[in-house]
Amino acid sequence: MAVPILKQSHFLIASIQSALSDQDLIQLRDDLADLVGRHRARGVIVDVTALDVLDSFATRTLRAIAYIVKLRGAETVIVGIQPEVALSMVQLGLTLEDVPTALDLEEGLTFLNQRLEERHGA
Amino acid sequence: MARDRNLAPHALPQPPESTESTTALLRELVSHLREKRTELREEWAKRITESRLLTAMTREEIFAEITTVYDNYVAVLETGSVEALQAYARDLSERIIPRGVETQEVVGIVLLLRDVLARSLFKKYQLDFNLLNRVLDAYEPAANRIANTVAVGFVQERERIIRQQQEAIRELSTPVLRVRERLLILPIIGLIDPQRARQLTEQLLRGIRENRGKVAVMDITGVPAIDSAIANRLVQTVEAARLLGATVIVTGLSPEIAQTLVTIGVDLSKMNTVGDLQGGIELAERVLGYKVVPVEEGASRSH
Repeated sequence: MAVPILKQSHFLIASIQSALSDQDLIQLRDDLADLVGRHRARGVIVDVTALDVLDSFATRTLRAIAYIVKLRGAETVIVGIQPEVALSMVQLGLTLEDVPTALDLEEGLTFLNQRLEERHGA
Repeated sequence: MARDRNLAPHALPQPPESTESTTALLRELVSHLREKRTELREEWAKRITESRLLTAMTREEIFAEITTVYDNYVAVLETGSVEALQAYARDLSERIIPRGVETQEVVGIVLLLRDVLARSLFKKYQLDFNLLNRVLDAYEPAANRIANTVAVGFVQERERIIRQQQEAIRELSTPVLRVRERLLILPIIGLIDPQRARQLTEQLLRGIRENRGKVAVMDITGVPAIDSAIANRLVQTVEAARLLGATVIVTGLSPEIAQTLVTIGVDLSKMNTVGDLQGGIELAERVLGYKVVPVEEGASRSH
């Protein structure tokens, strides 16, 4: 199932609705890489609230998304990781280092807005 | 089914004689015990008092309880079914455990009853040794089974209470408290065992989710020692909290713990550590953008 990507002012919101196959993840990565440029987005939020599990491939892809988006000139934040998911990820050593995370969509938006202000201020 | 299986070990093999004569003997036995109810009960109560058992209960209470036990006992001998007695034993245990009645007392009491009844059988059948033998063959397995049921019931009830209390202590032991909007504290006191560590992680992550926590201060001033497994667990907890978008600040590491962690080489580079709880809360407030100022100063500034 493809992941819907919504544009919200300067940001893109990819809201994952159900478990994703590896193919879907790659599709998401490619779509985001493309859309960031096309919409001139300043930030990307990937909402994983609906996921019960994040395996090594999913984690790696999320990290890849963050790096790609950065290279395209925007920020990424992963939101909505469930407590159990977080715990099992850490136990497997999948800690999404260097990728910003936030509690939920609202927090993610706040985070990106802050980053945007910091950049403009600088 | 499970209950039947439980009882299987206590269901002693029937004596070699035909079961019918055993049943007849038991019936005779039961009517004898019913007849002598008052007398035997008093004898039993007397022996309990003499043995200084059940000192936590008054004489009247003892008498009321033993009357019920006696009737249950005779009923079990009559029907061979221990279910009613099991239920009663559980109920009784529930009532007397909080009053400090010990296992040996309960076992002692039931064994006393067994002896009192056996004595009365000796007395009744003393002239016919063969009959006495057969009566005892019928009586003993049933009596032992009853003693077993009551003792097991008591111990099980005790264990249930202990489990319940352990659960309660465990839950109390790791509270996650909200001190300000988005700021949680997690005071930990006492040794952390693996189970407690797991629970602590779960509570913290759940607390972050429910309270929308952004910063959590974990204070381990009250933790006397930490081993490498627990230290790694704490690091994992901090990382898991970050995945939820929260920052964890660890405060109150004692000199001993700090030394241990360095000696065993736990990687603490991902942990924010601050000397004490106050410092931790102050840092958390800064992170969250709070500024705490004395009332006077704050008032004069706003003018």
